[in-house]
Amino acid sequence: MDTATISERNAAHIAMDRNAGNVAVAPPMPDILPPVRPRGGFLGYLRRNPTIAIGGGLVLAMVCVAIFAPFLFTRDPTALAPALRTREPSAQFWFGSDMLGRDVYSRVLYGTRVSLTVGFSVAILASVIGLTIGLVSGFIRVADTIIMRCMDGLMSIPPILLAIALMALTRGSVQNVIIAITIAEIPRVSRLVRGVVLSLREQPYVDAAVASGTRTPRIIIRHILPNTLAPLTVQATYICASAMITEAILSFIGAGTPPIIPSWGNIMAEGRALWQVKPYIVFFPAIFLSITVLAVNLLGDGLRDSLDPRMAKRV
Amino acid sequence: MSEPLLQVEQLQTHFWTPDGINRAVDGISFHVGAGETVAIVGESGCGKSVTAMSMLRLIPEPPGKIAGSIKFQGKDLLKLSEKEMRAIRGNEISMIFQEPMTSLNPVLNVARQIGETLRLHQGLSARQAEDKAIEMLTLVGIPEPARRVREYPHQLSGGMRQRVMIAIALACNPKLLIADEPTTALDVTIQAQILDLMRDLKHRVGAAIVLITHDLGVVAEVAERVIVMYAGKKVEEAQVGALFRTPRHPYTQGLLGSVPKLGSSLTGTETRLAEIPGLVPSLKRKIDGCVFASRCAYATDLCRKLAPALEEKAPGHVAACHYAMKEAIAA
Amino acid sequence: MSRPVLEVMDLKKHFPIHGGFFGGVTAKVYAVDGISFSIDKGETLSLVGESGCGKSTVGKAILRLFGLTDGQVVLDGTRIDDMPAGTLRPLRRRIQVVFQDPYSSLNPRMRVRDILAEPIRNFGLAKNKAELEERVALLMDKVRLPRDAVGRWPHEFSGGQRQRIGIARALAAEPDIIICDEAVSALDVSVKAQIVNLLQDLQKELGLAMLFISHDLAIVEHMTHRVAVMYLGKIVEVATKRDLFSAPKHPYTEALLSAVPVPMPGAARERIILKGDVPSPINPPKGCRFHTRCGYAFDRCRVDEPVLKITDAGHWAACHLHDRPAAENPMAGAKGADLIAAH
Repeated sequence: MDTATISERNAAHIAMDRNAGNVAVAPPMPDILPPVRPRGGFLGYLRRNPTIAIGGGLVLAMVCVAIFAPFLFTRDPTALAPALRTREPSAQFWFGSDMLGRDVYSRVLYGTRVSLTVGFSVAILASVIGLTIGLVSGFIRVADTIIMRCMDGLMSIPPILLAIALMALTRGSVQNVIIAITIAEIPRVSRLVRGVVLSLREQPYVDAAVASGTRTPRIIIRHILPNTLAPLTVQATYICASAMITEAILSFIGAGTPPIIPSWGNIMAEGRALWQVKPYIVFFPAIFLSITVLAVNLLGDGLRDSLDPRMAKRV
Repeated sequence: MSEPLLQVEQLQTHFWTPDGINRAVDGISFHVGAGETVAIVGESGCGKSVTAMSMLRLIPEPPGKIAGSIKFQGKDLLKLSEKEMRAIRGNEISMIFQEPMTSLNPVLNVARQIGETLRLHQGLSARQAEDKAIEMLTLVGIPEPARRVREYPHQLSGGMRQRVMIAIALACNPKLLIADEPTTALDVTIQAQILDLMRDLKHRVGAAIVLITHDLGVVAEVAERVIVMYAGKKVEEAQVGALFRTPRHPYTQGLLGSVPKLGSSLTGTETRLAEIPGLVPSLKRKIDGCVFASRCAYATDLCRKLAPALEEKAPGHVAACHYAMKEAIAA
Repeated sequence: MSRPVLEVMDLKKHFPIHGGFFGGVTAKVYAVDGISFSIDKGETLSLVGESGCGKSTVGKAILRLFGLTDGQVVLDGTRIDDMPAGTLRPLRRRIQVVFQDPYSSLNPRMRVRDILAEPIRNFGLAKNKAELEERVALLMDKVRLPRDAVGRWPHEFSGGQRQRIGIARALAAEPDIIICDEAVSALDVSVKAQIVNLLQDLQKELGLAMLFISHDLAIVEHMTHRVAVMYLGKIVEVATKRDLFSAPKHPYTEALLSAVPVPMPGAARERIILKGDVPSPINPPKGCRFHTRCGYAFDRCRVDEPVLKITDAGHWAACHLHDRPAAENPMAGAKGADLIAAH
């Protein structure tokens, strides 16, 4: 028996001369769920990922506040008005005034600039440096042993202590704050990247690329790097959030942004002595800090779920 | 005729997804008699696993939604409360999954895993439960059960784990066992052991089995009756012999033709495999007409317009095809 | 006779297991432990065995995705296992691979065009951009995918279509030999048939040699000319397809054949159900590696490791039973048909 006879035998059970009169039609099945109208484009994406929409929206709002601070009914955030000290929030001072008579509203809005600058700069710097270290470490075994032991050492120091120590060595400036926090964050990124690189190197498509004669640098650029960007982006948002908190802490204890520059940490530090009688001086910068950090974290969670659907399903 | 153990009527399981309703199972009806082995076969995405999960109400709602009726010993499982359902799961109906490593809890030893269901459903003491666990391991053919019962899943091999899964499933003497691809993750020689065990246990325990698989060889070896699913619908159902001898639905014919037969080099039947052209249609769009029409060599305008009903083409042999020939059925 | 396209001689690959505080080598996985075979032009040799037998390691070792512990790989008369990476690179063109998982075998961040163009560029097979485009288009024709799909991303394709892209990438290098590492195992039944037919057509059309690594004996029988059966890092039997399936000479092959479920309900066949599991390749049994599960094992099997010996013309088996007189050798007859119910 060969296939021809098998298919002939099968075909013998199919009769093509059916007359249309006695057709048995299956009853249609009802819809048990309301219909979905799929939405394409950017709006559809935001609808499917509400966390990204909310987080991203808030972050965008904060960026606008930072950029347009001078136009948002602020005055000079450093202008002293000793006669108007510690005023309660009012039409004149929306968030009240501090012990030197400076407008807390203006200071908080201008403070956004410091927080976002530090957050974004650290996120970008730590990602770029961490990515490089992670790639080297994931590809060169000898370097890996040395680099990873160094990273272990760095990670054994709490990042905040490391940042304080680094700040103690230098003069307080936004730039030095950025450098100090970046150094403290690098080990986390490079560990992540190294882990991702090691698992990507095991992927069959990398093996296939090797088998088709692709040189190592090209493998890194075409096959490894693009696939590390998704987890790295997610990590970068978390680093951004944690850098903003670290900056506030450093400023609060006087080891960060110089007091002359209004930053949320500085404002809170200055209002600390009065927080029981004039809580609003601490309250408003704290609220802004919390909302910004929350927004960045939401954005990060949303990105993680959208970039790695498997992870989202598990949660 | 007495009422079958399980009677599924017009079962529908749909899922909400952002880009449309996924009609994973769309109007399946079948029954399983006491002690019977029924196989549900089909390719991935045909809805066979979703059918199994729906029978135990293991579909998260939302995004899923189950409709129809699943009568088990006269009770409609879809109308039970979650608490009543819990009393049935693992007790009267139990399930074996494909991947034994992920369906066993890695931090509990074998005695605890088997004992858990016994203590929950039968109120046994810890001591009794462990004795019963050892008894179950002996039943499923695990050597040195008294020692193995203290081991953790990672200490067991793949075949051993699947035996433990079967022991857990059988611990409460279920009336119905749902086995979802029970041997797919196993090697051939281990698969042979597990299939042998299932055949053997069937005689001894007498539970009805619903076997979900894509492997026609496994179906031929263990099933009595076969349901072929395609794109969320039942397209054919018959006794196993009749189905393999005279497949009546073009999909079943294609499926059987596309499997290489072991021994083809000896019988001189080495020929090109029959292909089913094309792809399984997306279940997110409603299909008018026959679900298989887009890949069927015999499809006509009639097939594309009107969905064929399941018709009895020969005694006990139903198929959903306008053109599948009917044999004269003796009254 | 012309020399084989690929020869593998006494190939060994042991993976060290690092452990302890200083990361020293605490044990070794004897993944592949001395195997030899050769493949002629246009021939398909299948490597079958269960998971952990080392069959995939053989494929990767030939591709030089890692270094060998011992042994030689000879490509068309040139030894390639000890070549420096730079010298080897142009020769890589001649051995290509198709992997099992259609999802992880394509880079999700590359369009089909770039995936197929990569080997063509690497080996300088196209003189200019137009020729490159033309070659990519021809590859799409060969694997029966629409030409205009080259601009799409891998996730836009189904499993079977992705496997076609994987095959096209392998063909892009114009290889002499393709290693199919479980290339159809992850696919659905009807799609599997499409890919099997495609591979067979391409092999005939292009005269490719093929190393077909699989655990599925029915597919192997359909695809192959010769079969090598592996167990725990060793080849236990090599024969032409017909010989192996009609008269298996090793008890493991016999058990494998009888274990495959056949889609014939009620088929009367001899059933051999092996006891226990495959031992760990970290600590393989002494003597014959199969003796712990073998129904015919006798004293000699536990101490003395059998070597591959010729039993019939072109049929090799590593089993002590064949040193016994035929009357005491249960593996002497031709009982394949009873095992697989092919009558």
